[in-house]
Amino acid sequence: MSSTAAIAAPGAAFAYDFAASPCGALRTCVGSARVMLRASGAMYLEISRTLVVADLHLEKGSSYAARGQMLPPYDTRETLGRLEAEVAALSPAAVILLGDTFHDRRSEERLAADDAQRLRDLAGRTRLIWVIGNHDADGPQRLPGETADELELEGLTFRHEPQAGLQPGEVAGHLHPAAKVRASKGTVRRRCFVTDAERAILPAFGAYAGGLNVRDAAFAGLFARPPLAGALGLGKVHAVGWKSLTGD
Amino acid sequence: MVDRARAGRDALLIAPTGGGKTLAGFLPSLIEISERPPSNAPTGLHTLYISPLKALAVDVERNLNAPILQMGLPVLAESRTGDTGVARRARQRLKPPDILLTTPEQLALLCAWEGARAYFESLRCVVLDEIHTLHSSKRGDLLALDLARLSQLAPNMRRVGLSATVDDPEVIKRWMAGPAGPDSIDLVRGPGGAEPIVDMLLSEGRVPWAGHTAQHAMAEVYEVIKKSRTALVFVNTRFQAEFAFQELWRLNDDSLPIALHHGSLAAEQRRKVEAAMARGELRAVVCTSTLDLGIDWGDVDLVIQLASPKGASRMVQRIGRANHRLDEPSRALFVPANRFEMLECQAAREAIAENKLDGDPPRVGALDVLAQHVMGCACSEPFDVLQLYDEVRTSGPYRDLAWEDFEQVVDFVATGGYALKTYDRFSRIIRGQDGLWRVRNAATAQRHRLNVGAIVSPAVLSVRMAMRGGRGGRKIGEVEEGMLEMLEPGETFVFAGQTWELVGVTNLDVLVRPANDKDPKMPSWGGSKFALSTYLAKRVRQLMFDEDHWSVLPTDVREWLEAQRDRSLIVREEEMLLETFPRGQRHFLVCYPFDGRLAHTTLAMLLTRRLERLGVGPLGFVCNDYAMAIWALKPMDGLDFGELFAEDMLGDDLEDWLNESFMMKRAFKGCAIIAGLIERRFPGEPQKTGRQITFSTDLIYDVLRRHQPDHLLLRCARDDAATGLIDVARLGHMLARIRGKIRHAPLEHLSPFSVPILLEIGKERSPGGHAGEMILAEAEEDLIAEALS
Repeated sequence: MSSTAAIAAPGAAFAYDFAASPCGALRTCVGSARVMLRASGAMYLEISRTLVVADLHLEKGSSYAARGQMLPPYDTRETLGRLEAEVAALSPAAVILLGDTFHDRRSEERLAADDAQRLRDLAGRTRLIWVIGNHDADGPQRLPGETADELELEGLTFRHEPQAGLQPGEVAGHLHPAAKVRASKGTVRRRCFVTDAERAILPAFGAYAGGLNVRDAAFAGLFARPPLAGALGLGKVHAVGWKSLTGD
Repeated sequence: MVDRARAGRDALLIAPTGGGKTLAGFLPSLIEISERPPSNAPTGLHTLYISPLKALAVDVERNLNAPILQMGLPVLAESRTGDTGVARRARQRLKPPDILLTTPEQLALLCAWEGARAYFESLRCVVLDEIHTLHSSKRGDLLALDLARLSQLAPNMRRVGLSATVDDPEVIKRWMAGPAGPDSIDLVRGPGGAEPIVDMLLSEGRVPWAGHTAQHAMAEVYEVIKKSRTALVFVNTRFQAEFAFQELWRLNDDSLPIALHHGSLAAEQRRKVEAAMARGELRAVVCTSTLDLGIDWGDVDLVIQLASPKGASRMVQRIGRANHRLDEPSRALFVPANRFEMLECQAAREAIAENKLDGDPPRVGALDVLAQHVMGCACSEPFDVLQLYDEVRTSGPYRDLAWEDFEQVVDFVATGGYALKTYDRFSRIIRGQDGLWRVRNAATAQRHRLNVGAIVSPAVLSVRMAMRGGRGGRKIGEVEEGMLEMLEPGETFVFAGQTWELVGVTNLDVLVRPANDKDPKMPSWGGSKFALSTYLAKRVRQLMFDEDHWSVLPTDVREWLEAQRDRSLIVREEEMLLETFPRGQRHFLVCYPFDGRLAHTTLAMLLTRRLERLGVGPLGFVCNDYAMAIWALKPMDGLDFGELFAEDMLGDDLEDWLNESFMMKRAFKGCAIIAGLIERRFPGEPQKTGRQITFSTDLIYDVLRRHQPDHLLLRCARDDAATGLIDVARLGHMLARIRGKIRHAPLEHLSPFSVPILLEIGKERSPGGHAGEMILAEAEEDLIAEALS
């Protein structure tokens, strides 16, 4: 499946334009920008060489541990490992952390010294931009990088929380979209990108971040037409149409 | 019994159902309590009764209070289960009854109370009913640990085990023994009852080749019910129960009062059925294992087993439901649903007649359960780690517990047991200046108590009538979440004896409305959830090889065996038959180990990997309790089968496959919940749905496996998967048994034996670790096909 396929969305005279890339990513358009949806859950803008990741929720494990649930303390290093792999593969000029990079306001204090060092190293190699989210409204206290509430780039607006109603050109996170896909062999539930070609919502990038079904009411009214889901598979993003998706 | 009790001896009492053994277990306590000198001080708990089932605890409460009232004894006996009201539970805690009747989960909760020491100080006796169902499971592990605790709090406590069917009393004695060891337990055998009469329904409709529902025989089953006073109709799954109930009512021209009883029905509905049964108003009840145990239902004169019983002990227990009088024999009727089951039923009949029962192997206590217990101990009172280690080792399942393992468990309870030590300041239990470990704070203890128990069942949703505005109305019952995977809103299914349409699912409720669909979409049938017992499987193999024995079988089954002999092979009991033949565009390999669906499925998964490496292009497989079939692109008759079935498949092949498999994730989730890593309930929060738990435990599993593959819970999960979910031990025994004893029949066509298993093809889901990827790929193809059309 390397060719472009134009898909008629049901109930709308609209054709999605998408294609598989050799690296397993899915190339498509959001507004006038060409974007690459990566199997890691990151979005990549080739023209400006910008990598976008949402909802890292670093130190979610220790946040639960503080309340008595001793989740394995390896989520931060796992998530940073994934991010480093993307940076190594793409050498981006900038990395946008699209909010909720930390799980709570005290996460930065709990960060292990070597994990903090990895973030500093990252900021040394690329422009690191922290978009503020609801979990980390204060932004980084000691770690390097720029802080922003939102950001304009390639005609797109990058912000953490999707605004209500139609928002052409918006790229956001926050909702942790997940697709439950039904086929004759059974069902499978995966994190996913979701886009109507006007706006896009990124899956959560963090190792412990769960997913909200895109059929959930939280997504209602956000899209101009039945959206396309980019479900994360093993090394490949699968384009899945709205009618193959099911609620939980 | 009374003499032994006066001497303070532990006892294991084995007597057939109806022998009055429950009362015998209580008699010494009733005497002792009555003889207590009058006192102004509160007397405290004297006897604790533990039942595997809530319903049984309530039933025994009733049966015990009848003689207490009749004789005017000054004894207060009360049950306490998850269903007991809050007020009564609070009162029981402040002012304990003389005799408390409860379940292992409630006992674990009582032991995790701060006041446990004072509460149990006066305890003199603990009665363990239906002990054969309690011992060999994680529940049994937890109960054994709590008994060890009780013996610590009340050193004079004696233990009494009760059972109708015990194959190997030594195994039970080892489990139930206290600090004095198994030799301190007296084995008391009650008088044997009359021999049961077990018949087989030889249907005129002939025995079907395959299937699990016994639909062919339903009219005859109905006629038998008509001729009996009261019949219990046992089936193996809830869906079979629903199906049989529907079928019987379709035939019920006489409007006989026939009821349905299974674990998914709402508690009120089950209680109604139980009460109607006790009053003698019902002619038949279709039921699952929820009624396996010793509930006394008076006037049952016939037990019908639809489809095969899967084990001789289970069947004896079920037969014991008929006629609770020793002088009259119990009557039972087997209704096999297919031909292999016919053989199995015959083998079970003969085993019962010879009084040979299948036994469970002794069990080593699970470490996730131990973790829960250690936390419970800390919630109750501060503990010394060495003393607790010694106490734990007085319980049967943990007698050989290594200090290193115990240390790891305590470390896990405190901070999760991670190599990366970052959680010390969050520790759930803290070692004080005095060297004792205590729970961090009251809130931590409260959260532990909310999550006590060792039964991890699939997430359960309530089935409710759909009301206006998408709200849920009256509760009809409960279903396991998995069942919904197969249903779409608007589709119909049978539940609680009626047809319903699925309206939708909200949080923990399944909303439905009544439907008039004559042809409801029936969710997955599957076969039995019980594996064929090793012992019964051996008897089936013996029966098949012994041609002289075939005369006891019905004609069509005999003819089927003869056809198999003439067209393929009948092999000796210790051999395994393996057939290869082409069919359609495919090449088939079918073998007949008779080791149960679980072991066969594991075998098929591992063989598929090997066949892939051999380049024959395996495409799929299907398994049942008796056989396994694999089909491939290329012929397989030239393969070296000794090599293919070599035992080394249980090494790296197993390890690789297991780590990727959903079964490890499922096992991990169970262990994580039991050990307290994942909490099901928070104070003031509704219970999480299984889906929420599944998702997060899968993420945790993946991360933990990558960063600390030797973690305690991964070890636990691997052990669980190897025993419960994929039956590695049984597969190992099988591979050893058939080494050098595979008889290959290269055939031109399929054989008579292969028909039942081939009929199951298409009912199974696709195998393989990458099933999820295949589903995504298929959805994408749909999208592209739609685009190109």
